Amino acid sequence: MNNLDCEGKKIRCKSLIIDGTKYRTTLNKKYQVRKPYAKPEKNKIYSFIPGTIIRIDASVGQCVKKGDSILVLEAMKMENIILSPVEGVVKAINIKQGERVPRGKLMVELGFG
Amino acid sequence: MGLKRKILELHKKREEVLKGGGDKAIEKQTAMGKMTARERIISLCDAESFHEYDLFVEHEARDFDMDKKILHGDGVIIGTGTIYGAPVCIFAQDFTVAGGSLGLMHARKITKIMDHALKMKVPLIGINDSGGARIQEGVNSLAGYGEIFFRNTLSSGVIPQISVILGPCAGGAVYSPALTDFVFVVDKISKMFITGPEVIRTVLGEEISMEDLGGARVHSEITGNAHFFSKSEAECFDQIKKLVSFIPRNNTVKATRFEPGEPRPEYNISEIVPGDPKQPYDVRDVIKAIADDSDFFEIQELWAANIVIGFGRMNGDTIGFVANQPLVLAGVLDVDSSDKAARFIRYCNAFNIPIITLVDLPGYLPGIDQEHAGVIRHGAKVLYAYSEATVPKMTVILRKAYGGGYIAMSSRHLRADFVFAWPTAEIAVMGPEGAANIIFRKEIMSAPDPEKMRKQKVKEYKEKFANPYVAAARGYVDSVIEPEETRKLLLHAIEVSGNKSVFLPQKKHGIPPF
Repeated sequence: MNNLDCEGKKIRCKSLIIDGTKYRTTLNKKYQVRKPYAKPEKNKIYSFIPGTIIRIDASVGQCVKKGDSILVLEAMKMENIILSPVEGVVKAINIKQGERVPRGKLMVELGFG
Repeated sequence: MGLKRKILELHKKREEVLKGGGDKAIEKQTAMGKMTARERIISLCDAESFHEYDLFVEHEARDFDMDKKILHGDGVIIGTGTIYGAPVCIFAQDFTVAGGSLGLMHARKITKIMDHALKMKVPLIGINDSGGARIQEGVNSLAGYGEIFFRNTLSSGVIPQISVILGPCAGGAVYSPALTDFVFVVDKISKMFITGPEVIRTVLGEEISMEDLGGARVHSEITGNAHFFSKSEAECFDQIKKLVSFIPRNNTVKATRFEPGEPRPEYNISEIVPGDPKQPYDVRDVIKAIADDSDFFEIQELWAANIVIGFGRMNGDTIGFVANQPLVLAGVLDVDSSDKAARFIRYCNAFNIPIITLVDLPGYLPGIDQEHAGVIRHGAKVLYAYSEATVPKMTVILRKAYGGGYIAMSSRHLRADFVFAWPTAEIAVMGPEGAANIIFRKEIMSAPDPEKMRKQKVKEYKEKFANPYVAAARGYVDSVIEPEETRKLLLHAIEVSGNKSVFLPQKKHGIPPF
């Protein structure tokens, strides 16, 4: 095998372990940039879409039940009512009314008990 | 008016329409490094072979002052020509005319040539260079797209459909190429996306350039939407011509036969594959050591490179090659490589192209991302595609064939017609390390020196099971062969399979996992 790719660059092999065996191979870009898995935390409410906070229904210290309205996030011309995914106490609200939020922003944190 | 004058009038009318969008627009097109639609067709077809139809078609739109606008040919050229003597139907959107935007008559011209291609059973080549729907024509333009998509689907598996993206192809327009068999893109010229950078910026607040969002490289390396990448339009047309030379013009005939030559001597089949199953090599060298003249035309070279697909010839006839690539990700099956292989297998089956599969894979790619991306249903596509394929299927197991990967890669159990294995083949439920760790766990853990015991058990397992003979003893492998015998045996297998017929249960269609 010639250890050159089509553009004449030297191919650098790495190891990939499958079923306990270490194989010499190259790793493609998609494999290298894959995101590590993060366990979803139910008590943390992230924005699932970028948009604008048009209303906040909960306040810090308030006890909420599962399904209570926490805030309204307007995005793509839709008003999305964000409901509490769990029963708990509102520990922190990291957004203000009228604020534009990107996707994946930690908006509200809930605590248990 | 005399005949001469009438002919002169025709010439004048033609001349006028052939200007397309006019000198200024053509200048702009050229400045972008792009050929004009007519130049493209001429570069693609055999000299003097192209004939254009619907040159004088005009739009009928009235709203938004459209009645005052003349759009030559309504922004698209249609016609028939030949490539290496083989007839083809072609349409090419003309970006110089209203940005190649698609209105009702523009779409009618395209569907006319599509209907023609299906009726005459010849390949359809569509050159896309369009700003998208002609907004002024509203729902009529949507209707136009729908009519095109419907015909793409109707023609699928009957005639080859080739899409060439030589400019923007955005919004709903991208679904026509997506429904076709092969998509060609050119670096810095092709742009494909559903929602463009502007919409993404205003709606999502995310910044990205057109090139990074849906440029030729993105679709060739990341999305898998494109099949062929090239650096210039001229190179792209050469690729299209080469593809056309490999594929049958419809699903009832064979591809044109080529005078066969032996593989080139620099591809020495006995020296390509290392004996140690952990060492990589380029499986394309094995294909080149088998195929006529060492000529292998690879498809989707840059995407999911852990599997290699493409066309070659055996004794002059077109063959589809599918091979695990140990050089990339150890040749594992994963979401993308399963998708890539399955679609190609279905293409070959639809167009009666025999399939040669070269096997060397350690299994499926482990990972949470893979599992959550649905590697189960994507991986199942490979099983489905091989199982339903009734074309002659020849399999050569070069080295590793472990577990589910062994079953998926055109095994006897999925009705491969011929299964050959090299003496280096390891056909087993899993690799020796993994298997020994499970089977002898107790012995290993209770041994005074567990590592020594582990090594010993791995060695034992290797000697007993990491070979082709266990599978050969059950008849799962037809023949254990020397690498040098591979081409000879494959040629024989193809010859023997010439009249293969298989009867499948009657059904409208299956429900593959897509």
